Amino acid sequence: MSVMTVPPSRRASARRDRAGYLFVAPFLIMFVAMLVAPLAYAGYLSLFREQLIGGVRFAGLDNYIQALSDERLLDGVLRVSRFFLVQVPIMLVLALLFALALDSGAMLLSRVIRLGIFVPYAVPGVIAALMWSYLYGPQFGPITQLAEALGLPAPNLLSSDLMLGSVANIVTWEFTGYNMIILYAALRAIPTELYEAAAVDGAGAWRIAWSVKIPALRPALLMALIFSVIGSFQLFNEPALLQRLAPNVIDSAYTPNLYTYSLAFVSQDINYAAAVSFLLGLVIVVVSYTVQLAVARRRR
Amino acid sequence: MTVTATAPPRATAGAAHSAAAGRRRSPVLTLGMLAVLVYFLLPLFWLVVAATKTTGALFSSFGLWFGGDFALAANVRNVFTADGGVYVHWLLNTAMYALVSAGGAALLAALGGYGFAKFAFRGNRLLFGAVLGAIMVPSTALVIPTYLIFSNVGLVNTPWAIILPSLVNPFGLYLMRVYVEEAVPDSLLEAARIDGAGEFRIFRQVVLRLLAPGFVTVLLFTLVATWNNYFLPLIMLNDPSLYPVTVGLANWAGRASVGGGGTGDVIPLVVTGSLLSIIPLVAAFLMLQRYWQNGLTAGGVKQ
Repeated sequence: MSVMTVPPSRRASARRDRAGYLFVAPFLIMFVAMLVAPLAYAGYLSLFREQLIGGVRFAGLDNYIQALSDERLLDGVLRVSRFFLVQVPIMLVLALLFALALDSGAMLLSRVIRLGIFVPYAVPGVIAALMWSYLYGPQFGPITQLAEALGLPAPNLLSSDLMLGSVANIVTWEFTGYNMIILYAALRAIPTELYEAAAVDGAGAWRIAWSVKIPALRPALLMALIFSVIGSFQLFNEPALLQRLAPNVIDSAYTPNLYTYSLAFVSQDINYAAAVSFLLGLVIVVVSYTVQLAVARRRR
Repeated sequence: MTVTATAPPRATAGAAHSAAAGRRRSPVLTLGMLAVLVYFLLPLFWLVVAATKTTGALFSSFGLWFGGDFALAANVRNVFTADGGVYVHWLLNTAMYALVSAGGAALLAALGGYGFAKFAFRGNRLLFGAVLGAIMVPSTALVIPTYLIFSNVGLVNTPWAIILPSLVNPFGLYLMRVYVEEAVPDSLLEAARIDGAGEFRIFRQVVLRLLAPGFVTVLLFTLVATWNNYFLPLIMLNDPSLYPVTVGLANWAGRASVGGGGTGDVIPLVVTGSLLSIIPLVAAFLMLQRYWQNGLTAGGVKQ
C-alpha cells in the first residue's frame, strides 16, 4: 500500500516502527485469544471422539467423514444454500432500487423514507423474529385476520411449504435497509464529474444509473454480498424462535447452526459439533471467496 | 483501489450532487416508496398497538388497530414487576455488555488500525491480511469452542463471557485502518515527532481526535452487534439475572408458547417488553445517523 511514510533517517524509523507493534499488540492479543485459539481448539476437538467405554480417543478424520455423509447436515446446508440463492438477490436488488431512488433526488420526503426503511436494522434479530412470529401466527396474527375478513383462506405461513419464505421475509425486513444505506452512501461518494461527463455524452437518468452508478457500486455490492453469505449460512435466531410455534416443521437440524447447537448442548456430542462447525466455517469461507473471485474476474 | 473517497463524504453529498442529478420531483416515485415504507413500518406499528392490549383483546380485536381496554400502563407495570423485576436487570445487563464491549472494541480497533496504517513494521501486511481474512470466519462457529475454553477457566456464566469475545472486531479494525489513511496526514505526525512527542502521546493527543468520527462508527456497530447478540449469551449464561434482553424475552416467549398459548398472560409481557427494549436503540440510531452513514462510506467505497 502506498501510504507508508518516507523515512527521515533509517534508525529513527526502525525505532518508530517497533512502536507500531505496541499499537497493534492489544488487538492482536485479543484476536489470538478470542478467534485463533477457539478455532484451533475446535480443530483439535474435532479429531477426537468420546466413547461409551474407554473415554475419549483419537479419531483422526472420522468425525469429518461422518459429517460429509450426514444427511441431516447436508439437508441443512442445502436449505441455507437455497435460502441464500433466493433471499439475498431479492434483498440486494430491493436495496439497490431503493438506494437509486433516494439518490435520484426526485423524491419528496426522502429523509423520512430513508430512515423508515433503515429502522428495522435497529431492532434485534430475536425481537424481529418474535414480532413476526406473532404476525404470522394463526391465533391473533393480523395476516390471518385480514384474510378471514376478506373471506379468503388464510395462508399457513408456518407450514413446511412456506416456512423458508417466512424466514426469508424476516431477514429481508431486517437487513434491506442496512444494505440500502451501504449502497446509498457509496452512491453519494461518486464524483459528480462522472455524471456531468455522462450527461454531456447524452446519457439519460436511466443510462447514467446503469452505466455509471451501478459499476461504481461494485465494491459496496461485493461487501454487502459477502456479509449476506456469512449471515445466510449462520442462520439461527429466526428459525430457533419460529421452531417453538412449528416444532414439526423446524426440526433440530433445520439449519446447520441449529444442528451444531443441538449436537453440542442437547446430545452433548462436543467433538462432532466441533467438526460440524469447522466444516460450516469452511463452507462459508469457500463461498465468500468464490463470490469475491467471480466479482473480481468480471471486472477485467 | 479504484474509487477512493478522498473528499469527506458529507461534502460530496451536498447540494452540488442533487443539482447534477436533476431537481424534478416525481410523485409516482414518492408514492411507490411510501408504499414500500408501509412494509417496513407496519410490524413496528403492530407492536405499538399490541402493547396497549390485554391478553383478551389481543386475541379478539383486529391486530392492526387499537381495541378493548387501553392497557399500556398495566402492561408496562407488569413487565417491570414480573419474576421479581428481572426485566430491569435484563435492560441494565444489555446496556452494560453493549457499552463495555463497544468501547473496548473501538479502542482496540483504533490503536490497531493506526498501527497498521502508519507503521511499516515487519509482518505488517501478513498480520493485517490474517485479520482481514477473519472477517469471513462465522462468529457462531467460534461460540462453541469459546464456551468450552471459558468453562475450563471459569468464565462461563459471568459477564466476561459476553464482553471478551465482543472486543475483537476485525471489520472494525479494517474500517479504522481505512479511516486513518484518509483522516491522519503523515505531515502532522512528523511535526509532532519533531516537537519531541512520544508515539503514544501523539496517538492520544493528535490521532484520537482526528479519528473521532471513525471511532464513533465502530463503537456504534459493535454496540448494535452486542445488543443484538442472542447465540452467544444463550450459550454462555444460565442465570436469568445475567441475561440480556434478547435471551430474557425469548425465554418469556418460550413460556408463552408452552401448552399452545394456554399461558397467554405472558404474551403481553413479551410484546410490551419487546417494545420497551427497542425504543432506546431506535432513538440512538436516529440521533447518530450521521456517523453510521459516514462509516459505511469508508468501508463500502474503498477496496
